[in-house]
Amino acid sequence: MNAFASLVSALIAVAALAAISWFGVGAIGLDSVFGVIIPYIALAIFIIGVVYRIVDWARIPVPFRIPTTCGQAKSLPWIKADNLESPYNTWGVIGRMFLEVFLFRSLFRNTKAELREGPKITYASAKWLWLFGIMFHYSFLIIILRHLRFFMEPIPSFVDAITSVDGFFQIMVPTVFISDILFLGAVTLLFLRRVTLPQVRYISLPADYFALFLILGIGVSGILMRNYFKVDLLGVKNLAISLFTFHPVPPAGIHPIFYVHLFLVSVLIAYFPFSKLMHAGGVFLSPTRNLANVNRSERYVNPWNYPVKVHTYEEYEDEFRGKMKEVGIPVDKE
Amino acid sequence: MYNAGKIIIGIVIFLALITAPFWYNLGRPSAPPKLEIGTQEKQCVESKAFMQAKHMVLLDQWRDEVVRDGKRIYVNSTGKQFNMSLQNTCTKCHSSKTKFCDRCHTYLNVAPNCWDCHIAPKEQEKLAGRSDK
Repeated sequence: MNAFASLVSALIAVAALAAISWFGVGAIGLDSVFGVIIPYIALAIFIIGVVYRIVDWARIPVPFRIPTTCGQAKSLPWIKADNLESPYNTWGVIGRMFLEVFLFRSLFRNTKAELREGPKITYASAKWLWLFGIMFHYSFLIIILRHLRFFMEPIPSFVDAITSVDGFFQIMVPTVFISDILFLGAVTLLFLRRVTLPQVRYISLPADYFALFLILGIGVSGILMRNYFKVDLLGVKNLAISLFTFHPVPPAGIHPIFYVHLFLVSVLIAYFPFSKLMHAGGVFLSPTRNLANVNRSERYVNPWNYPVKVHTYEEYEDEFRGKMKEVGIPVDKE
Repeated sequence: MYNAGKIIIGIVIFLALITAPFWYNLGRPSAPPKLEIGTQEKQCVESKAFMQAKHMVLLDQWRDEVVRDGKRIYVNSTGKQFNMSLQNTCTKCHSSKTKFCDRCHTYLNVAPNCWDCHIAPKEQEKLAGRSDK
């Protein structure tokens, strides 16, 4: 599938999902289906799916110790070793993992290769992916934490604190959140990066665009319902609390845009375990990251090694000693 | 399964984070807030549905018109005139901030900045000192 077809097919898929929920509630009145049944099913798929994927990965043996390194390994005592770039103990692995998970260190090292006239190839630092990625993930995290105000009653004070910092500028009523702007901006920039860089566009598949458009759809529908349609927050919170206490109350009178938002979120979390979004769990299980670079100092035994049947020279000689002597081959033991 | 100990710890952390709202709400029966409107008046400035959904927009518009344009008279959708004033019009009927405004705003963690400038109506039950949430 070429780049354009990938993009269009993903766009159509997300638009269709949005339309299904919009008309499903607005025209047919399937409030309970989109408000109660689908979210529960999606959450169940998400939880079971993620646990299944993790266990599935954990069942695969790692035959070699294969950390990727970019620093001095520990060797002689007078050569300074770099425990973060080439970890030689568990603390090094934890430190490296922490920087990877929280600061996306390997994206920070991203480079681009360009052919200049000559032809000469040049390599240069390319930080855009890191920048957009970190904007995206942290604003998404803040948005999810802010949503706890609907999921929890009474609302924990940290949610209150995050919300007031996030709405610091008090622009418009209801307040536009900084994280909302960063989030939409980051997703848009990630999308633009994908379509403007020819190499990235070439390797982009519908799955790449689908996740982007789905998340963009969630962001847009969320901002629309907050700042434009102004859905009935009381009804939304009552529904959310009823779901989180397992006493679902069939919702009524909430604007369809809310169900578009909820349905796209449901699709996202149900799709999560089976897609590239599983990098959230996968980063912890990457052998190139979570193993220490101690190949020289510690023996690593391949866990799928079967017990090899050995036949030593002593045993061989015991078996054939008579024949060996007969033809004059020297033997160790007489 | 390899490294079962670490994997299980990871899965337990994941499950704990994801299901946190369920545990948090466990055994806390929550009733949606009930508002005490505090008036015998049948009709607010606009219809009830409009006020429920868009009172913040209306108040924002009032503020801009009064503060920036010096315009004080609001004509509603039925042609009735109102004085655009939070303290003289709104709180004349909705006389208790804690029993009206705050009930929903606290439930939904909405923090309007009305009371940064305006003075909340005196509470009859000495709740006036309560800070705005």
